[in-house]
Parts: sequence; structure tokens; C-alpha cells
Amino acid sequence: MAAIELSKVSKVYPGKVRAVEDIDLAIGDGEFVVLVGPSGCGKSTLLRMIAGLESITGGEISIGGGVVNRKEPAERDIAMVFQNYALYPHMTVRQNLEYGLKNRKTPRPEIDRRVAEAAQILEIAPFLDRRPRQLSGGQRQRVAMGRAIVRQPKAFLFDEPLSNLDAKLRGQMRVEIRHLQRRLKTTSVYVTHDQLEAMTLADRLVVMNVGRIEQVGTPTDLFEKPQTRFVAGFIGSPPMNFLERSALPDEAALNGSVPAGTATIGVRPEHVNLTPEGPSLALPMTVALIEPIGTESHVHLRWNDNHLIAAVRGRPAIREGEPTTAHLQLAALHPFDAAGQRLA
Amino acid sequence: MVENRPWLSFLTHLVLIVGVVIVVFPVYLAFIASTHGSGDFMRGLVPLLPGPHMLENYGRMLTQGISTAGAPPVSIMLMNSTIIAIVIAVGKIAISLLSAYAIVFFKFPFRLLAFWTIFITLMLPVEVRIYPTFKVVADLGLLNSYWGLSIPLIASATATFLFRQFFLTVPDELLEAARVDGAGPLKFFWDMLLPLSRTNMAALFVILFIYGWNQYLWPLLVTTDERYYTVVMGIKRMADVADAIPQWNVVMATVMLAMLPPVAVVILMQRLFVKGLVETEK
Repeated sequence: MAAIELSKVSKVYPGKVRAVEDIDLAIGDGEFVVLVGPSGCGKSTLLRMIAGLESITGGEISIGGGVVNRKEPAERDIAMVFQNYALYPHMTVRQNLEYGLKNRKTPRPEIDRRVAEAAQILEIAPFLDRRPRQLSGGQRQRVAMGRAIVRQPKAFLFDEPLSNLDAKLRGQMRVEIRHLQRRLKTTSVYVTHDQLEAMTLADRLVVMNVGRIEQVGTPTDLFEKPQTRFVAGFIGSPPMNFLERSALPDEAALNGSVPAGTATIGVRPEHVNLTPEGPSLALPMTVALIEPIGTESHVHLRWNDNHLIAAVRGRPAIREGEPTTAHLQLAALHPFDAAGQRLA
Repeated sequence: MVENRPWLSFLTHLVLIVGVVIVVFPVYLAFIASTHGSGDFMRGLVPLLPGPHMLENYGRMLTQGISTAGAPPVSIMLMNSTIIAIVIAVGKIAISLLSAYAIVFFKFPFRLLAFWTIFITLMLPVEVRIYPTFKVVADLGLLNSYWGLSIPLIASATATFLFRQFFLTVPDELLEAARVDGAGPLKFFWDMLLPLSRTNMAALFVILFIYGWNQYLWPLLVTTDERYYTVVMGIKRMADVADAIPQWNVVMATVMLAMLPPVAVVILMQRLFVKGLVETEK
């Protein structure tokens, strides 16, 4: 267990492709940090740089106080869980778990003790003598986790570990990973493109875009006070609505709820109502589509070129094609300037 | 193969049986010939049933050979053939495993050039480069030796290419997981790649053993000492006698004996062989 520090970390590939630029990030001992962003944002590259699988072209990474830039992955004392599990296909589950320990010359009784312990925690004891290909996806995932646990490393690195599982199993494993991390209190860095996974797992969330950090904070912080338009649009489902300030008809109706210089106004679907709730901005709209999803419905609204999604409870008493009025709660508006930075 | 009609299955069986007969009949004839006395072929009629001289013919060939035709006892030639076939097969596999490993997993300058150079040698079989190869072997003093018989045949572009294709299918994550688990390049090769290529190696061993066993031209060139004759070239020497009638009965006995080791290798390794050609263990 250890803290991980990144200072001014960069990765430039030959041909001047900047995958990661000037990343500063301090991950506390025992913290669960999730790197999230669209594909190609550099999150996996950053994780692999921490692991030592990618070289670092600028800046420093230290794990547990020592700079590890020039160390081999094995010397960094980290364990990694891969997207496709990367289990050794010709070894039994037990041999898979033991392999890393054997390579570090761990004494036999200690190996047996740790494997038994990991098998018990992950409930894979019945499969210890099987080969990976005889296991289901979820079981393989557990073995991959087990391989990380037995090492008792300074940090766990997860590279989209749940992407290959079906939706139901993914939800289940997500909860298990969270429990496991709470129990072992091992510093963890987790990469995902799935914002739901990110929100539910993270102590702290790092949103990345085109090689840079957009915002770091707790999931609640990021959800309630996104610092950039990108974060606002990335976190939350359905995504936040954005309206151009210039497209809004009535300047007075905003009632001073957004500061001067606002170029774009963001509002979450749950803060768009079809009947007024508190002080709000009324906009005449047409219902384009209604998506009922159980406890709530997503109403897609259209007005000229503007497009809004309203998340309303139950089933609204309106039909597609009918005119209606959208009420945007003034207290819940997110103002962004022309560069996409949050104002106030 | 969805339909199941009686005449169709009759036809398929017929084709298969004809095929088997075509392949098996010459072998049967060779076996029959090896059981007769030396005079039985002078009559012009080839016997179709086994004769009484089987043990005599085989025993004579295994222990004495035909000294008039310059053929040493078959047992010596069988041993020579086995030794060089094994050295060639094992050597080819070892060298091509290593070169494929270097080409696939290491980034070094002129890597592609190295690969293509190896690949291009596919166009140069032993027969094409036989004069320079003979010169090299002769200058090294390797004529009439096991090394001279086997080493020039060991370099193999085909096997290198095969292992390269297999290594390319090994996911990068496996290498990375091994690195995180503390396996260096040699350990990765030994603990991961070798066990994973087990079936490929077995399949190649069968093919290469037979390749080495069937070598004819090269042993003919580099051996003048009877102690290093291989069985395939020995057969030719026996059949090729001057001013005498070839003793077909004992030649055929030698042929039968020469067939046994490759057949044994194929039968013993059949399961692994088929597995190596059709499936990858992943």
C-alpha cells in the first residue's frame, strides 16, 4: 500500500503524437481513483505508464515515495488486471495465482497461504485445478483479480476490467470490486469509459480528454459542479442539455441566474420539468420522442434547432408531436463561457 | 453433408476404398517381395502371396547387408538415419523458435529485413545451394560425420514462419501480465511461449522428422564412409548393382524396415500432430 504521485507526466509517441500531456495527480494511500474519459483520451496510456508497460517521455511517477520512471513493471510492486484477463492459458488457476509469487521467490508455505486466502475471498477455491478456458467470463475475471490480490502489491491497476462481461455480471462484479477494495484498503487506479462504473466505484474521479485532465473530484463534486462543459456533458445519463445563450429568447426571464459572459447554459434532464417547479425559465417546445424507462421517462423536446431531454417521473400525459412547455429550473443552471469553462 | 442418401454413402465409401487400394497396394507388393527367395523374381511373374523367406531376408539385411553392393547392415543405416532425422528435427525447431521469438517480440533495427531475409531463403532449398554448401562442409572437415549430415539442413524458414505466425496470435496482454508478474524475456519464453507452442512443436517434429529421414541427395554427397550411410541412400545403392541382378527380395526388406520409424513417429504423435494443425490452445 502506497501513495502514487504523478508530476508533469507526459507521453509523446514518435511522430509527435501527444497521448498524455502534463498530468499532475496525487493519489492517496488506500484511495480508489477512477480515470474516465472517451476512447483515445489517454487514460489507458496513463495507467500503463504507472504500471511501467509504457515508457515515460516527460515528468515523474513515484509509487510509495520512490521515483519509478526507470523501473521494470515487476520492480514497481504493482498488480494489474487486464480487460481480457490475460490469464496464462496453459496453467491451472492455482498456477496462475502462484506464478508471480514464485518469480519473487516467495517461500512455499507463504504461497500456499496466500493462494488459499485469495481463493476464499473470491470464492474460486472449487476451480483452483481447472484451466482458464474451462471457466466462465465472470470466473476468469475473479481469477485475474486473485492474481492481483495474492501479490499483496502497493497498488492495483485496473484496465477496463469489466468491459468483456455482460451487463448484469458487470454490475455484480462492480460491487464486488468495491467491497474488495474497501476490505483490502489497497491503493487502486481504475480505468473505464463507462461513467456509471466510474461514479459508483470512485473515491475520486479523474475525467480526461485529449490527453489532459479536465477535472478531478469526488463523483458528487463532478456531478453537481462540473468545471468544464466537457465534464458536464460526460458525467450523467442521459447527458446534460446545452443551450446557446444567444438562442434563448427572453433575456429578462433568466432573472440574473447566469453571470455575464455566459456562452452556453447547461441543464440536467432532471431539472427540466413539464410543469413549473419553483423559479424557472419557460420555453415553448414540441415533443419529439418519449422513451419510457421504468420509473421515469425521457422526453425529447425540440424547438427550432435546439434539442432538450427532460427526465420526468412516471409517464407524462403528453404525446409525441404535441406542443408543450419546458421549464428549466433557474437554480440548477450551469453557465459556461465560450471556452467551455464554468462561470461561478 | 446435410443429406444422407444411401447411394451417396456408397459412393463416398467406394472413392475412399479405391484411394486406400491405390496407396496400400504398392506397399503390400513390397512386403510380399520381401518374403520370397532371390530367384522368385526371375520368372517374370510377381507373386501376390507371402513366401517362406521372410525371417531369413530381414535377418540377413539387419545384420550383414550386401557387401557386393557396398551396403552396410541395415541396422547401422537405420541408426544413422534416426540420429540425423532427430538432430535435424530438434535443431530446426530450436533454431526457428528462437528466431521467431526474436522477430516477433523484440524491436531491433532491421527487424523486417531480417525476417524477409529468412523468408526469402524459402526459395533456396538444399538442391539449389548444394555446391557452396558442400564446399563449406568439406572445408570445415565435416564430410563423413553426423554434423556434416545434419547441420546444413537445420536452418528452416518454413518453421520460423510458422512459429512467427503463432507468436503473433499471442495477445500482448499475456506478455504484459507476465512482465508485471516478474518474468523477464527468457522466463517468458520458457514459461509461456514454449508450453503454448507444444502442439505446434509436435506437429512440426513429425513433418521435420520425415523430412530429415527422406534426405537422399545430401547424404549421398557428403558420405563416402559406409559407417555414415543413411537408409534412404542405401536402398538406392543396393538396387543399383553392376553386372548382376538386383536382389529385389532383400531390397524390399530394407524398404519395409526403412518405412517403420517414420510410421512409428506418425502413429505415436498422431494425436498431438492433428491437434497442432487444427487448434490453438488459447
